[in-house]
Amino acid sequence: MSNKIKMATRNMSFYYGDFKAIEGITLEFSENQVTALIGPSGCGKSTFLRSLNRMNDIIPGTRVEGDVFLDGENIYASGMDMVEIRKRVGMVFQKPNPFPKTIFNDVAYGLRVNGVKNKSELQDRVEASLKAAAIWDEVKDRLNESALSLSGGQQQRLCIARALAIGPEVLLLDEPCSALDPIATQKIEELIRELKKNYTIIIVTHNMQQAARVSDVTAFFYMGRLIEVNKTEIMFTKPSIKQTEDYITGRFG
Amino acid sequence: MESRKKRKLIEGMAFGVIRLSTVIICLALAIMLGFILVNGYKAINWTFLTEPPMDAMTKGGIFPAIVGTFYLTLGAITIAFPLGVASAIYLSEYAREGKMVRLIRIGINNLAGVPSVVFGLFGLGLFVVFLGFGSSILSGSLTLGFLILPVIIGASEEALKAVPQTYREASLALGGTRWQTIYRVVLPAALPGILTGSILGIGRAAGETAPIMFTAAAFYTTKLPSSVFDEVMALPYHIYVLATAGTHIDETRHLQYGTALVLIAFVLGINLVAIIIRTRIRRKQTY
Repeated sequence: MSNKIKMATRNMSFYYGDFKAIEGITLEFSENQVTALIGPSGCGKSTFLRSLNRMNDIIPGTRVEGDVFLDGENIYASGMDMVEIRKRVGMVFQKPNPFPKTIFNDVAYGLRVNGVKNKSELQDRVEASLKAAAIWDEVKDRLNESALSLSGGQQQRLCIARALAIGPEVLLLDEPCSALDPIATQKIEELIRELKKNYTIIIVTHNMQQAARVSDVTAFFYMGRLIEVNKTEIMFTKPSIKQTEDYITGRFG
Repeated sequence: MESRKKRKLIEGMAFGVIRLSTVIICLALAIMLGFILVNGYKAINWTFLTEPPMDAMTKGGIFPAIVGTFYLTLGAITIAFPLGVASAIYLSEYAREGKMVRLIRIGINNLAGVPSVVFGLFGLGLFVVFLGFGSSILSGSLTLGFLILPVIIGASEEALKAVPQTYREASLALGGTRWQTIYRVVLPAALPGILTGSILGIGRAAGETAPIMFTAAAFYTTKLPSSVFDEVMALPYHIYVLATAGTHIDETRHLQYGTALVLIAFVLGINLVAIIIRTRIRRKQTY
């Protein structure tokens, strides 16, 4: 883990009203690495992920304690621009959620809301993003068709392309394959391995094999706490905490 | 086996009752429309549609009333649509649920329950007298606008709430601001629903009598309005006048039915246009 630290949390807790969903999490994410967050449902890993680009801000009655750093800067500091943070920390959701627009306009959306108007620039960047998300060959002849006409797996890669289009530095993936079949899943996993050359990736997954296949580092969450974090091959062969071992081997969760 | 027969019987009865209810409703509508059509179609001719009333309103046409109702409806929707949609956006997208929002909602629901004649008196007090607009298209449109506001707010809010939260999340996660998210993603997705609500509002505005009685409608005028401060004739009020206030109530019976037929055709026509617009938008969106 010689890479530079891209994102980090320090003693971060998260509340839904009075309910403490995650407690005192300190975790670092290295540049150009894939970090997998695993743990049983309700352990707080998705909540944690959504705190990294301030997506939880839209849920009323929630609150964050502690710090979240992006390149050493606290993203929850007053005066930080949420919109700016979300441009640098992109996100792909559990269920593919393309807009009911054409494929082109879907990918161009992020560029347009960020002020890109030039037609040829839009075209270039949409094409580059679709290529980076390994879906260009499948959609290049149907850019003016509805994004909803694509298959689930294609839709999810479109959503990844859409997230890449605005040039993020970090990519948050919230169980991106849970709604997909094995073949589509395999394609996304290949894509993740490819994308880490240019991005810092944090992925929440329920699939142990997936975590083992795509990640460099794995963090195990349980009941809102971070139980253990280590290089993925160590986590899956000789975890140092019994709970981790039990979960990974399928004895609970 | 016995209980299976019984279940089948109950099933049949339940569906029978449901089907019967639907038939009764459709029948009621058909009878009403048929009655007006049969009694009114003889009055309809070119003169009726293009000429003002003549001979103490026992002859001639209803052209000024058609024009008046058109302007009043147009005015009402021009006022109520932006206000209503904006309020719905505020309630559904911006305001945080709490005492204040609950209070506003109760207010809107109560507004929907206020009798239309009270709106008429309110319009008379505020627009006609206090603001000095007189009995005019402006006063009538404002009054009708307020009358249909709850309908438009309610329908728009429902339509906005039906837009999947994932659209909002996707837009925000791509660096969109809240307003960009609303304007570019949520509103277009909600537009068909919002239009459906507005159709209901338009129908109501065109057909109301009490709110315009004191605020806009003229008993009789051959003059077409030249500004929003002019008084106009209106179809529903004209029917009311012919049927109750004239001196030749029986003589003008066919004119009353004719006017009613025109009013219904007017409302259905507007609905048809709105439905066409809505279908166009829907088709464009899934594409």
